[in-house]
Amino acid sequence: MLGVFEIHEPQTVEEASRLLGEYGFDASVYAGGTELLILMKEGLVHYPHLVNVKTIPGLAEIAVEDGHLKIGSLATHRQILRSPVVKEHAPLLAEVERTVANVRVRAAGTIGGNLCFAEPHSDPATLLMAWGASIELTSASGSRELPVEEFLLGLFATARQDDEILTAIRMPLPPEGMVGAYRKFTTHERPTACAVALLKITDGVIEDARLSIGSVGPLPVRVRAAEDVLRGEGPGGAAFEAAAEAAFQAADPVDDIYGSAAYKKNLIRVLTTRALDEAAEKAAGGTS
Amino acid sequence: MGADLHRPTIPIRLTVNGRLVEAEIEPRLMLLDFLRDHLGLKGAKRSCDVQVCGACTVLLDGVPHSACCTLAYEARDREVTTIEGLAQDGRLHRLQQSFVDHTAVQCGYCTSGMILATLSLLNENPHPSQADIQHHLKGNLCRCTGYWNIFEAIHAAASGEDGSE
Repeated sequence: MLGVFEIHEPQTVEEASRLLGEYGFDASVYAGGTELLILMKEGLVHYPHLVNVKTIPGLAEIAVEDGHLKIGSLATHRQILRSPVVKEHAPLLAEVERTVANVRVRAAGTIGGNLCFAEPHSDPATLLMAWGASIELTSASGSRELPVEEFLLGLFATARQDDEILTAIRMPLPPEGMVGAYRKFTTHERPTACAVALLKITDGVIEDARLSIGSVGPLPVRVRAAEDVLRGEGPGGAAFEAAAEAAFQAADPVDDIYGSAAYKKNLIRVLTTRALDEAAEKAAGGTS
Repeated sequence: MGADLHRPTIPIRLTVNGRLVEAEIEPRLMLLDFLRDHLGLKGAKRSCDVQVCGACTVLLDGVPHSACCTLAYEARDREVTTIEGLAQDGRLHRLQQSFVDHTAVQCGYCTSGMILATLSLLNENPHPSQADIQHHLKGNLCRCTGYWNIFEAIHAAASGEDGSE
């Protein structure tokens, strides 16, 4: 059984921030609870105060705003994968969210919670890394926005301060014609290894490329070296091999329950190639 | 007062299998314990206890949730459906009957979760493909590995081959 705690129901982000600031280490944000409650049940963490941010209205909205797809942090995986706005503007996000854990976790878990927990095997974090998304953090004293690469700091570590709440994720609308693919290998609930490729191909030439790999280190990694070798080349063949090699070099896995480091490193090469192949096929087929 | 300060409780009001339930609970109480120990509904099972296996699946407003990892507090003002809520007037729900007819049960521990998860799928998608079913039930594990009979039971219930349509 969980330890005793009190649950707070703030009505505004400011009120939540003040509660979190006041209780400090004794408090945690509570949203979907999919990660937090398991840790509390195992006795790994205990917080005498949970601040239920779900009582704050408006934090689960999904909309296009100022050239960005804005995802409210309390949007659940289920809401995101079903959102017509997401399907229209970032269909790959809907595809990725459809594969998160299982139907029950997707119903309860929020994208904000997923990112704040910073579990290294997060599916959406790997996509957002390639996408160049940013994170909005809000406290009683104001808001700031950070690129996801600066928000995620390490294993279970983020740049969020104790009194800050992740309020939204902003994904710049992709350039016309950019398509993407997500490939992962999974034996447990979370991926063993995963790769995201985004490509814009014009007249047989890769005009823009974004590539990230995940689940094989403390953080997802954007592989800029792979992006550089792809730009200006034709899709497939040598360019994809060189990009997969760059991803392989960028992967720094450890041996763990998911597999040996050597195996995971090899998976990254395979998954990167498959993600690139699938993105190129989508580009050729005119679908995203 | 002192004890209350250390063990705060909150009132909840919810619907369980169509019946209104009111209770005073500690926020730390899990929905699974509330259903099994407070209401005596033993259909939802504790197994993995970490949202992986699906044995504790219940529907919250029609959507599958892991009762083992959901605070009872979350069920406030919502509608909970457990396996006990499916039979009507002493007659099994057609999905339950199809599981019986196709021997889609071995040890039975996963069965209530399987049926509730499937029910939520069929409510949205009355004629799912095999791929739809496998995707939706990915998080419901049958450790007896009796999946094929389960799939047959679901296809039969969905196509009306169970004679109920």
